[in-house]
Amino acid sequence: MIRRFLRELNGPQSLGSRGLFWSSFGLCVVVMVLLPAFVSEYEVGNFTYFLTNIFLALGLSMMWGLGNILSFGQMAFFGLAGYSYGVIAANLAPVTDNTFLACILAVLVTMAGAALLGYFLFFGRVSGVYVSIITLVTTLIFETFMAQTAGPKWAIGKALLGGYNGMVGIPSLQFRWGNELIEFFDVPLYYLVIALLLVTYLALRWLANSRYGNALVATGSNPVRTEMLGYDIRLVQLEVFTLAGGLAGLSGVLYVSWGHYITPSTMGLTTAALPVVWVAFGGRKSLLATMVAAIGLQYFAQYLSMTGSQHALVIQGALLMLVVMFVPEGVIPPVGRAIGRWWRRGTKEGDPS
Amino acid sequence: MSTVFSVLYIYLDSIAFLLLSSLGLIIILGMMGITNMAHGEFMMLGAYTCALATHAGCPLFLSIVLAMVAVGLLGMIMESVIIRRLYGNLLQSLVATWGLSLILSQGMLILMGPSLPSIPMPLGGVMLGGRSYAIYRMLLPLIGVVVVVGLGLILFRTSFGMKARATMQNPEISRAMGVNTKLIYLLVFGLGCGLTGLAGALYAPTTVLGPLYGANFLAPAFVTVVVSGGANVILGALMASVILGVVEGSFSYAFGAVIGRLSLLIATMLLIRFFPDGLSGWLVKRGGGR
Repeated sequence: MIRRFLRELNGPQSLGSRGLFWSSFGLCVVVMVLLPAFVSEYEVGNFTYFLTNIFLALGLSMMWGLGNILSFGQMAFFGLAGYSYGVIAANLAPVTDNTFLACILAVLVTMAGAALLGYFLFFGRVSGVYVSIITLVTTLIFETFMAQTAGPKWAIGKALLGGYNGMVGIPSLQFRWGNELIEFFDVPLYYLVIALLLVTYLALRWLANSRYGNALVATGSNPVRTEMLGYDIRLVQLEVFTLAGGLAGLSGVLYVSWGHYITPSTMGLTTAALPVVWVAFGGRKSLLATMVAAIGLQYFAQYLSMTGSQHALVIQGALLMLVVMFVPEGVIPPVGRAIGRWWRRGTKEGDPS
Repeated sequence: MSTVFSVLYIYLDSIAFLLLSSLGLIIILGMMGITNMAHGEFMMLGAYTCALATHAGCPLFLSIVLAMVAVGLLGMIMESVIIRRLYGNLLQSLVATWGLSLILSQGMLILMGPSLPSIPMPLGGVMLGGRSYAIYRMLLPLIGVVVVVGLGLILFRTSFGMKARATMQNPEISRAMGVNTKLIYLLVFGLGCGLTGLAGALYAPTTVLGPLYGANFLAPAFVTVVVSGGANVILGALMASVILGVVEGSFSYAFGAVIGRLSLLIATMLLIRFFPDGLSGWLVKRGGGR
């Protein structure tokens, strides 16, 4: 049962050769752990930035790939968490030197926000494309709201919201160990992010193949039947929406602790589309494909904009359109299956028996 | 007297804004089931066509008509190349048209730069009770009514409209009755895009023109369509824009534009809580409105 769902849900390499998949997965982890020894600190920082965005993409992949809920709200929750962390950390850091508490609180605030919006959506029986539209409108309005919070009257404690220019000087993740202040930036932050990513990926993979995962897939593919079978689909949808919101929140917190600032434009129309592009391009039913696509497309976009080309967004838009029209399941699963077939053929031919 | 007038002006302005910016989308999303995320970009194209024509010396009225025709034709090309593959799949159409919107807005940025010289507002203004009101903006609600009546006549009084409504309701049966549904889809999508281009052109003189011109209209247009529903486009659009326009007008009059937008979102969530098929869906279910 679990093996079947692993095969169905976890995309490319777990099709066919499970041994091949887990050994290449292990190799990837080792490469990522050793990376700082081989590349410059700038490269590590850059890679860390790309990795911080993976969490929200994974959340979207769970919600959209399995639960068939396409939300444009991920960037709103990203922003909400970023701002919450900024506000809480700015007020807390002078008192305790520990901003992990702010991190946890910010993610909780974000999950509460997601749960509130999700309650109105799913318990109001809003479904399908209307969820996408409402979450998009929410994101845009949140952006409009934050953009007008300029001036000293928009301050929460010691934190200035900063209007269109955003909030600056947000502290890193840090805590005090004895007399020493341990701060997470550059390489330590990188290790923190990959550790969190590993835990998140495995936990989500487990969740996707659990009973809850099955209920989620059933709700996504046929809500009426699932409801007739006795599941409360509103609750199932609300739970995945809140979980995805929490993951977007984690991305937001890690992002602001990496870059020390956040602006309302992170919730704009174009940025709100990016997670959807990554997930749709990679293959929304596969967590791994989502991760690969998110990293790959971010490098691609950065490469395009560094070569001074204005065409980054045009090319991304075209990619998205072509993929949706011609490879609706995403680019990576077919590639992974091809690799699996090739591997099996190779071992069969090499096998003397 | 002047207070009454200014409140009336705010309400009508808000209603006209919602009505005009959502009419094209109501046809494309409500009737045809294509979640057109490139709606804002089609409006931008309408505004750009209008501006370029006006700067080339064409009178404004003619430029607006030109914009409607141009965007309508462009829409038909898009339909035959892209949209045709997406019927019956709301989410797929949403993602694909989002890609299209990125291409159009960024492509326009590369092609024409970050802004276009704006069109001066025609007709001037009137002074009333120490405040000045633009005559052009006061005309927009009237134009909105004319467009809605015209659309109603097309949809409910012509054989094209009959075929269009039949095709949207049940394409198989319509095809069996001898309707060329492929052509109808093409024409209805063109009509929706034409109305979108018209709205873009009509609002072009009121604001600055850039590649993201349409972004301001996107959220209001979508909430209006969601509240309206697609069961009866004309009644739905009118009811939704009147209700939402009054809500937004009141809140932005009292608390400013941002709270006005926020009230729009909250009103929409409350309305779809009670009318999941939109107001027109509710009307049709009750036996009226068709």
